[in-house]
Amino acid sequence: MVLGNYKDCVCARAADPGILSASQDGGIVTQLFACALEHGIIDGAVVAGQGDEPYKPVPIVATTVAELLEARGTRYNVCPNVSMIKEATRSYGLDKVGIVGTPCQIQSVRKLQLYPMGMRSVGSKIALAIGIFCMENFSYQGLEAMVEDLCNVKMESACKMDIGKGKFTVFTERGAVSQIPLKLTHKFEQPGCHVCLDYVANLADISTGSVGTPDGWSTVFTRTKAGESIWGKAIEAGYFETKPISDVKPGLDLVTKLATDKITKNQKTLDERVSFGVGKGLRNPYL
Amino acid sequence: MGLLSRLKKIFTGKKPEQPEAGSGSANAPKAVTVPKARPGAKPAVTPGDVKVKKNPRKIEKEEKPVAEKITIGHVHMSGCTGCLVSLADNYGGLFTLLDNYADLNYCLTLADVRDIPKMDVALVEGSVCINDHHSVEDIRKARKNATIVVALGSCAAYGNITRFCRGGQWNQPQHESYLPIADLIDVDVYLPACPPSPEAIRNVAVMAYLLLRGSDEQKELAAAYLKPLMDLAKRGTEACGCDLMIDVIGQSLCIGCGTCAATCPVRAITIEGGRPNINRDLCIKCGACYAQCPRSFFNFDVMNQFEAIGEAIDAAMGKGGE
Ligand SMILES: Cc1cc2nc3c(=O)[nH]c(=O)nc-3n(C[C@H](O)[C@H](O)[C@H](O)COP(=O)(O)OP(=O)(O)OC[C@H]3O[C@@H](n4cnc5c(N)ncnc54)[C@H](O)[C@@H]3O)c2cc1C
Ligand code: SF4
Ligand code: SF4
Ligand code: SF4
Repeated sequence: MVLGNYKDCVCARAADPGILSASQDGGIVTQLFACALEHGIIDGAVVAGQGDEPYKPVPIVATTVAELLEARGTRYNVCPNVSMIKEATRSYGLDKVGIVGTPCQIQSVRKLQLYPMGMRSVGSKIALAIGIFCMENFSYQGLEAMVEDLCNVKMESACKMDIGKGKFTVFTERGAVSQIPLKLTHKFEQPGCHVCLDYVANLADISTGSVGTPDGWSTVFTRTKAGESIWGKAIEAGYFETKPISDVKPGLDLVTKLATDKITKNQKTLDERVSFGVGKGLRNPYL
Repeated sequence: MGLLSRLKKIFTGKKPEQPEAGSGSANAPKAVTVPKARPGAKPAVTPGDVKVKKNPRKIEKEEKPVAEKITIGHVHMSGCTGCLVSLADNYGGLFTLLDNYADLNYCLTLADVRDIPKMDVALVEGSVCINDHHSVEDIRKARKNATIVVALGSCAAYGNITRFCRGGQWNQPQHESYLPIADLIDVDVYLPACPPSPEAIRNVAVMAYLLLRGSDEQKELAAAYLKPLMDLAKRGTEACGCDLMIDVIGQSLCIGCGTCAATCPVRAITIEGGRPNINRDLCIKCGACYAQCPRSFFNFDVMNQFEAIGEAIDAAMGKGGE
C-alpha cells in the first residue's frame, strides 16, 4: 500500500499558462478546482489563502476562480484546511465542496465521512478531495527560521519556496536563489509528521505532487470513481496536457522509493514509541 | 483488500469490479442479508420527526417481516432528546432501518412500552441522575436486558453539559449529581458528540446489525468498524477539550488539520499557530473533538476501504441527514 489504490497515474500540467505562472508545480490543484467549479461539480473549495503574515496560510472557502488563483503555491507550514469544511456547508451554504490537503488532512476527511460523529451533513457534501504529496510539514516559526536565519532571506521578499532533490530553496522577488540542504530543516519538522504513514495521499479522490515528473509538471493519481470522472471531464475539455508516466524521468520508481522511505522511517518511530519510557510508552494513533 | 470484497458481497451479492487476487469469493456464501434500498427510496421530503410517529407497526412485536431483524431500544436518561431527534433525522433511512434491520422495541418518545424489555442493542441517551432512584434502576435494567449497550451522545458517554449541574433547579432541586452511564455499568460502544450526527447513528446501527446477524465475514467487518468506538468506551468517562492538549499535542501527534475546530458544537476551538487552542470557559465537555480527531484513532483496515463502505451504506440506507 505505499502508493495506495489508484486507477491511473499520469504526468500532467495545466494547459493554461495563466495558471502555471504562479502555481507550485503543474497547477493541477488550481486547474482541477477551476474546472470543477465551471462544470458545477463543486460550488467552492477549501484552499490555503493568504494569512496576515507572508507565507502564513489561512484556510479559505474559494467560490471563484480568482480566489483559487490567489491561493496558488505551496506554503510549507500548517494550514488547518479541515477546520473550514463544516463552515463551507453552513455559513457558505455549499452543497458540493472541494478540499485540498496534505495526506493527513485527507485522512481527516475520510474519518469524518465514515465516523461522522460531530459532522452532521458534511461528509456527503464533499465532492472532490485533492491530496498533495507530503514528506513533512513545519510550524510557521520553523519556516521563518529556515528562511530568515538559514537562507538569509526576509519572509516578505520571498516569492517561492520549494523542496526537492534534497534541498530547501527560496526564490526572491529580485531573482536571488538561496538553498540549504534539506537535512538542516529536519529539526523544524512538526513532531506529528514523524508517525505519518502516507506520502501520496492514498485516500484522496485525486492526488498530486512534483516528485516523479520534470520541473513544471506534476504526477497525478486518480483514485476514486469521483476522481476518475472529474479527471476524465477535465481531460476531455482540454484543461491539461498529459504524458504517460512511464515516458518521463524519474517516474514512478522515485515516487515509490520516497514513499517507502517515509513509511519505513515513520513505522520505526511508531515502534520506538512503544518503549519510549521505562516500561511505559507513547500512544499509537493507529490502534 | 478483504473488506472491500466482503462489503460488496454483503450489500449487493456481487463481486467487486476490481479483480483482487485471492479474495476467496468463490466459496463465500451469497449473503444478501442487507437488501438494497429501492432506487426511488430517497430521503423523505417532509420532516422526519412527524412521520416517525405515524409508524406504529414498527413496535408491534408479533410482526416480523424480516426474520433476522435485531431489536433496538432507546433508553432515555438525563438528556435533551436531541440524540433521538438525530436518529429520526435519518428520514427515509430511518424507515429503511426499521423496515429491514431493526425493531424499535423500547422508546418512551415513540413506542408505547413501559418497562425496559430484553433487546439486542440499547441506545442510551443522557447521563444518570443518581439522586433519582428510577434512573438508577433503569440504567441497571438496561444493562441486564441488552446485549450491546451504546452510549448514544456525549451526555451518556461523558456527562457533557450535565457535568455542570449543581442542583437547585426547579422542580427537583435535590437532583445535582449526573454521571456518565459507564460510571455505573459496563458500556460496549461510545458514540460521542452533541448530538451524534444522523449518519453516525445510521452507520453504528448497520454495523450492530451485521455484528449480531451477519455471517462470520460480516461480523469481522462490523467488529473492525466498531473497535475504535469500543476502545473509546474503555478509555474513560471524562472528556474535555483538554484531551487535545493531553492526548494529541502532548503525545506529539497533532498535525494541525483543524478537524477538532470544525467538530466543536460550541466553537470553543480555534487553530492558533497550527494547533488547537481551547476556550475552556466555552467547552461543554462533550468529547467530540477528541473522538473526531484523526490522531485519536485511525484504523487503516477500515479507512482504506472508505469508498466501498460509504457506497454500500448509502445504497442500503440512504444518505442520512437531509
Ligand atoms: C507541507 C507540504 C509538503 C509537501 N511535500 C511534497 C513532497 O515531499 N513531494 C511532492 O512531490 N510534493 C510535495 N508537496 C506538494 C507540492 O508542493 C505542491 O503543493 C503540489 O505539487 C501541488 O502543486 P500544483 O502546482 O498542482 O498546485 P497549485 O495549483 O499551486 O495549488 C496548490 C494548492 O495547495 C494549497 N496549499 C498550499 N499550501 C498548503 C498547505 N500548507 N496545506 C494545505 N494546502 C496548501 C493551495 O491553497 C493551493 O490550492 C508538499 C506540499 C505541502 C503543502
Ligand atoms: S508528513 Fe504526514 S502528518 Fe505531516 S503534514 Fe505531511 S501528511 Fe500531514
Ligand atoms: S483534530 Fe487532532 S490532529 Fe487535527 S488539529 Fe485537532 S488535535 Fe490536532
Ligand atoms: S472543546 Fe468543544 S468539542 Fe471539545 S469537548 Fe469541549 S465542547 Fe466538546
